[in-house]
Amino acid sequence: MDALIEQLKGEIIKQLNLEDLKPADIDSDAALFGGGLGLDSIDALELIVLLEKNYGIKVSNPADGKKIFQSVRTMAEYISANKK
Amino acid sequence: MSSKVYITGMGMISAIGNNVAESFHSLETMQSGIGELKYVRSRHKPLVPVGEVKKSTEELMEMAGLNPDNLTTRTSLLGLIAAQEAVKSAGIKDIKEYRTGIISATSVGGMDMTENHWLDYLNEEKSGPWLKYIETHECGDSTEFIADNLGIKDFLSTISTACSSAANAIMFGARLIKHGKLDRVIVGGTDAMSRFTINGFMTLMILDSENCKPFDSQRRGLNLGEGAGYIVLESEKAAKGKVIHAELSGYGNSNDAYHQTASSPDGAGAFMAMEKAFKISGLKPSDIDYINAHGTGTEINDLSEGTAIDRIFEKNVPSISSTKAYTGHTLAACAGIEAIFSILAIKHNIVFPNLNYKHPMTALSFKPTTTLERGKKIDHVLSNSFGFGGNTSALIFSRHH
Amino acid sequence: MEAYINGIGIVSPQKTFDTSDFLSEIVEHNSKLLNAIEPSYKEFLDPNLARRMARVIKMSIAASFVCLRDAKIEKPDAIITGTALGCLQDTEKFLLSIIENDEQFLTPTSFIQSTHNTVSAQIALQLKCMNYNFTYVHKGFSFESALLDSMMTLEEGEAKNILVGGHDEMTEKHHRVYNRIGYWKKDSAVDTMQLIHSKTPGSVGGEGAAFFILGNEKTEKSYAKLQGVEMIYKPENTKEVETKIITFLDSKGLQANDIDVVLYGINGDVRFDQLYYEIKNTLFKNSTSGYFKHLCGEYQTSGSFAMWLAAKILQTQTIPNAVLIGENKSKEIKNVLIYNTFIDSDQSVYLLSKC
Repeated sequence: MDALIEQLKGEIIKQLNLEDLKPADIDSDAALFGGGLGLDSIDALELIVLLEKNYGIKVSNPADGKKIFQSVRTMAEYISANKK
Repeated sequence: MSSKVYITGMGMISAIGNNVAESFHSLETMQSGIGELKYVRSRHKPLVPVGEVKKSTEELMEMAGLNPDNLTTRTSLLGLIAAQEAVKSAGIKDIKEYRTGIISATSVGGMDMTENHWLDYLNEEKSGPWLKYIETHECGDSTEFIADNLGIKDFLSTISTACSSAANAIMFGARLIKHGKLDRVIVGGTDAMSRFTINGFMTLMILDSENCKPFDSQRRGLNLGEGAGYIVLESEKAAKGKVIHAELSGYGNSNDAYHQTASSPDGAGAFMAMEKAFKISGLKPSDIDYINAHGTGTEINDLSEGTAIDRIFEKNVPSISSTKAYTGHTLAACAGIEAIFSILAIKHNIVFPNLNYKHPMTALSFKPTTTLERGKKIDHVLSNSFGFGGNTSALIFSRHH
Repeated sequence: MEAYINGIGIVSPQKTFDTSDFLSEIVEHNSKLLNAIEPSYKEFLDPNLARRMARVIKMSIAASFVCLRDAKIEKPDAIITGTALGCLQDTEKFLLSIIENDEQFLTPTSFIQSTHNTVSAQIALQLKCMNYNFTYVHKGFSFESALLDSMMTLEEGEAKNILVGGHDEMTEKHHRVYNRIGYWKKDSAVDTMQLIHSKTPGSVGGEGAAFFILGNEKTEKSYAKLQGVEMIYKPENTKEVETKIITFLDSKGLQANDIDVVLYGINGDVRFDQLYYEIKNTLFKNSTSGYFKHLCGEYQTSGSFAMWLAAKILQTQTIPNAVLIGENKSKEIKNVLIYNTFIDSDQSVYLLSKC
């Protein structure tokens, strides 16, 4: 799980153009949206594509993103549970 | 200077008809134009019902009276066909008789051709007559194509404020007449279906995989459409002795300044646009007999727009419907097409139904009209159009006495 | 109706970002594409916002913020922009990913930012400005339409201060594409300072973002007065242009002889430069002549660069040597006329006066 979390952090930085951040700057349990990294609904859509492209997981209802993208950890857990 | 702005002509083409009469017939008989994608190649075809114009580009060329070897875009052709009808219906024989302009709206411009040829453009080793399409990419090119074919030279402009574009074209045209800069102006918009738009809206996850259900609590998103709609605005002087379909009595433009794509939950921008339109027209919300809503069928738009309407009408909302379930969302053209629907509502004292509506939204005080309503006098119609980037516009059309 | 230019902010291929400077150092480009000199955006944009933005959006936001600051205005009563090509970089990015990924795994950001109204919308969003917001996208009439609308809005009393701007970017790809239809010179590099002497077809590409505050009242900051803008579509001949210019000047109570300086859109393209020389040698043979496309390149909203130049000339009462064609015949500069065209179809005339 830790390896996946680290990998995800790198992927998130790349996908969302968070140029000034390094993986170590992202707290695995911190909120991605609202506070935390200050991401918004457009980023949520970007992350849905990340799941599909990198992990073959399709999220068809954007509202599901709220739960999945609470933190990098919840995202990693979702990937482990749903990866094909 | 003209204090009044008269509408003397209308022309349109969309999924529900190739002209105003056909479209009116579809509206009256509750025939939607939404169906399977046919003229644009896309892998999303099974998932994305659309409102396409039921003509191939070659057939459109013929309808417009052009040689098939003309190298132009579908956006330009749709625009020309609708603008030709508008000019003809206004009884304009000599376009140069008055200072005449055209203000057209488009969001994709010539993207329908660019997306087919982009890689070839970049490949120096390939060459062909299609290189001519490079110049058709710019939004302004479709306007110049229409103007050149109609012989309009006095004033040309093009507007792109996403899905509110044509409302802004109408507004700008009306102001040019009021300022005495033009006597007559053809205003509206045109947008063709493209893979670019289909894929763009797919990424936003706001396309319904079934027919859209504006203002329904179970709405899932919008259906894209294509088409063009233009009206002819004339000053008091130019319109003298002519049949006047309606007046453009009010207009308002605002920005929601809330989010790049989404409307604010309380519809603050929409509220301001409507408020300004009322101010210009001197009318009160209670004077409105019918609202042709933007009503795209997305979760956010319908809630935001509905909330703003509830607020400005203090929950005494008149007959209201979205006609997007007929035509699909024709983006930059929609306010041109819906201006015509608004004028038809006044001319025929009719309210067009909001198709596919079953479940009321608890957040709103009103339910849209779901059957064809006849017999009620329609003197004033409010037409809303909102777009990405927070652009919100409202128009008011009124009966001419 | 007239409007005062009460603030300026401009990013261009010259060092124009510092509004107090006036071309004290000319940047000579030896290229077929004059790229804008970009400022540091940190001061204007939260990095969290900037991360998604393409160049033209950042350039425009920086220029508009400098402009607002220059005019000491926090929230304009209207935001009106002109752009012919919109946000090209994002448009190309989304288009290419559709083609390369066969319509799969596409992300929304470049699509959202590809729309032509992105810049005016982003400025509104940053300023939380809910006022009138418009984007004109008509080739060589884009910025001119925005100016016309601004002047009408001031006249209607609907606004006191309007943020109006022109912006276009030229990407490497689009530059190549335009090259295929003869927009640029065939030479591999062009000494742009020699552009005016060129006898070959084609010009050099350019780009920029120029914003202005147009106000209904004169302030201590006022650079100049914008008296009007006239658009001439596909004139049949030079006579038609001449007549339109004379009528336009007449409507402002002026004659050709009252124009001290004329700035021409001469772009080194032998096919079109003749237009400018004909007007120069007939109507304005007594006026001082200048040009600007060797400084900013050819692009559809280059009129916004020219308007900056005219405003600075009127404010400082000086004409940089690099701008002059021939000698400076003017002692006092009261009226500056801009005559510009993009290709030859969309021609425009602006009149600015000392205030």
